[in-house]
Amino acid sequence: MKRLISFFLLAGLTLVACGEEASQPVPEGIAGQTITLLTHGSFWVSEGTLQAFTDQTGVQVELLEGGDAGEMVASAILTAGNPVADVLYGVDNTFLQRALDADLFEPYASPALSNVPSALQLDGQHRVTPIDFGDVCVNYWGDWFDETLPPPGSLDDLIDSRYAGQLVVQNPETSSPGLAFLLATIAEYGDGWEEYWAALRRNEVAVTTGWEEAYYGEFVSGGGDRPLVVSYASSPPAEFIYADPPVESPPTGVLLDTCFRQIEFAGVLKGTPHQAAAQALIDFMLSDTFQEDIPLNMFVFPASQTAALPEAFVNFARLAEDPYQLPPADIEAHRNEWTERWTQIVLR
Amino acid sequence: MTLRRLAWPVVVLVPVAFLGIFFLWPVTNILVKGFVGGRLWELLHEAVFWRVLWFTVWQAAASTALALVLALPGAHLLARFHFRGRSLLRALATVPFVMPTVVVAGAFIALFEQFGLNDGAFRMRHTVWALLAAHVFFNLAIVLRTVGSYWEGLDGRVEEQARLLGARPGQVFLRVTLPRLAPAVASAASVVFLFCFTSFGVILLLGGPTRATLETEIWRHAVWRGDMASASALAVVQLGAVMSLVLVSNFLQRRRGGREQTRLDSRPMPSRRLLGANLGLLLVALGLPVLVLVERSLATGNGYSFDNYRALTVRVTLLPVSALTALGNSVLFAVVATALAVLVGGFASLVVVYGRRSLSHFFDFGLMLPLGVSAVTLGFGMLVALDAPPMDFRSWRWLVPVAHALIGIPFVLRTVVPTLRRIDPKVRESAALLGASPFQVGRLVDFPLAGRALAVGAAFAFAVSIGEFGATSFLPRHPDRLTAPLALFRLLGTPGDLLRGQAMALAVLLMVLTGLAVLVIEGRPSGRGVVRGDF
Repeated sequence: MKRLISFFLLAGLTLVACGEEASQPVPEGIAGQTITLLTHGSFWVSEGTLQAFTDQTGVQVELLEGGDAGEMVASAILTAGNPVADVLYGVDNTFLQRALDADLFEPYASPALSNVPSALQLDGQHRVTPIDFGDVCVNYWGDWFDETLPPPGSLDDLIDSRYAGQLVVQNPETSSPGLAFLLATIAEYGDGWEEYWAALRRNEVAVTTGWEEAYYGEFVSGGGDRPLVVSYASSPPAEFIYADPPVESPPTGVLLDTCFRQIEFAGVLKGTPHQAAAQALIDFMLSDTFQEDIPLNMFVFPASQTAALPEAFVNFARLAEDPYQLPPADIEAHRNEWTERWTQIVLR
Repeated sequence: MTLRRLAWPVVVLVPVAFLGIFFLWPVTNILVKGFVGGRLWELLHEAVFWRVLWFTVWQAAASTALALVLALPGAHLLARFHFRGRSLLRALATVPFVMPTVVVAGAFIALFEQFGLNDGAFRMRHTVWALLAAHVFFNLAIVLRTVGSYWEGLDGRVEEQARLLGARPGQVFLRVTLPRLAPAVASAASVVFLFCFTSFGVILLLGGPTRATLETEIWRHAVWRGDMASASALAVVQLGAVMSLVLVSNFLQRRRGGREQTRLDSRPMPSRRLLGANLGLLLVALGLPVLVLVERSLATGNGYSFDNYRALTVRVTLLPVSALTALGNSVLFAVVATALAVLVGGFASLVVVYGRRSLSHFFDFGLMLPLGVSAVTLGFGMLVALDAPPMDFRSWRWLVPVAHALIGIPFVLRTVVPTLRRIDPKVRESAALLGASPFQVGRLVDFPLAGRALAVGAAFAFAVSIGEFGATSFLPRHPDRLTAPLALFRLLGTPGDLLRGQAMALAVLLMVLTGLAVLVIEGRPSGRGVVRGDF
């Protein structure tokens, strides 16, 4: 196991060393400044990654962690105009509109955006910049299924009585993957989503408050008895990397036709006295050095197409080709009404 | 006397400044900012609101009653008997208090599974019983320790006399002991009630997706729905409820808190049956979930071993620091928080007991409130209020222990005040008559008698800090200062048996460390022989 960890540490170091710099010109006068990056509580990059930014630009980066994405956005809105940081990272497409409505960000179009697929660039005014993305999908426990009962293929299959009592989801009022999965069903069925959930309830779907309780409490992986769980497309690589004892391949898989895409953004916070340095940091966050460091630290995918993926991701992480999506403005406009209806249908 | 005249303003001003800057100002600020009178009015007409309010009060009251009933036998054992392993038992009983909710919830769910309580007639899962059981598990120690340390100082001869006069043991307990214990019981009950009133993780994880309290609703409205008006209205209701509760409980404690003869003398050995029955009760209430955790921390892919513990020294890529470093950070914060809580809480206790009436009431009231205020209110309040020089504390490293200390202070207050109050004024007068200066009186009379209580309060402040996960998750943190509960939460946030095993090992270390800390903090001889006999 120690061997495994050092292998990945090594792999991480090699990636950092090989990362090719997008050679942006360094704006004048920012050297010597210190800027603060506010992130959600799951952020981390390898030691040395941010040092590379300091080496290039002379700008020191201080990190601050907020709570989860929702808590961080709420606190950023409360401190709008007098932010605790210069750059915010970690607002996702489900909270994006709320942050934009509160006018938190200074627009900045990074030249490095040329490497980022336009599908990820949700804000035309570039108030936020996509940094990474991931899919929330139904995961399945491989050994549970065989030829007589193959894993379900689509959202439709989940209401099939052959899969009765097998699925566990999270409450969309308290959990980010739970909300993403609800949004996937709304994107698929439109107004018919309410009937779909009524059918899921008849098919004995289990609901938990958060991801941990679903994955470790109900899902087979943690000793539960349900072989289907709403989790992430990157969960199988994590199951592989952190397996005990080591395994040849992950015991879980992803139902690629059930995925909702989550995109995480960074933005320069209004009120920062260090605008040029903050913009340079956004550029750096799209550089290969930073982008290639993302997957193994945060288990999401880099936004830049020039970034290479680590081996475990290449082998075991699969992304949906055509994931479900909804415009952030629709999500913000309807989410409270949707989750209230959902509570009525599924929990009452 | 000049020294006293110089010192007293400090004793008064330190708690005032601390509470004012880090609690009253932030909370007022956030409530003023978000509060819309109309929203509160609307709320009062919503059936859901009344249901939530009722459930919040009901579950807190039930949890408190259960914790009291289950802890009193143990408190009796700790107070009245001397046996080997007594201080170890005391320390062990404090341990559940620090365990992260995620882990405890997991242990409870595993237990329900083990005993077939997930479904069927005796279903525990996602019922209010699961929630009450967890609250008892967390809060038993508060009653055990607060009441136990007070009981220890009660003169046992009063009970002996009652027995000699022919009272049966049950009668003695109900009519003599319980009334004498009333101040400590009220003290402990108010703390447990407030803790359960604002409990968060237990409600969400064990209550199931349909149960909600004021605390979880404030969070859901502020964070998930972005509806600050509703969140503030709910926070105002919560604050109002907490304020009235503290007022009532303080009134009761003052009325009941008579002067008592204090006596710390040698205690008999308990009978085997008494000891066995007590330990059995504690083992079921506290031990089972802990055993589940220990088992899980030792389980690895290749059978049982210490691999999970060894792995804690290596940083996994998901964490900014190794889990062991996080544990070190937690200890550092807890030490600072405890020092602050003892200082501020100790001064405040003096003011409550010896200060002018109005001042005493204000301190007794104000310093209890942080225990009953939502983490969202406090955390967001600090962000909004402490944002400009000279008080730009938002990204200050030590804001986290300060927030912890706010929650630790009520524990110091609630253990020290009842003890100080019952010191017979005649003792102090005699000491003064014999020529002792007020400071000598403090050093020779008050401190030895209250020292034991102060140590208990300090141990709780330490435990609160090392396990706290509420307000601090709303404050911006420096990643290299990651604490153990947060590290644990992150380890559990990604799939993989290795991570899970490490999280369990970290939880066990957190418990062991707390147990050790309690032993060290309370380690000095419990005052026997310092004040002997009566006056």
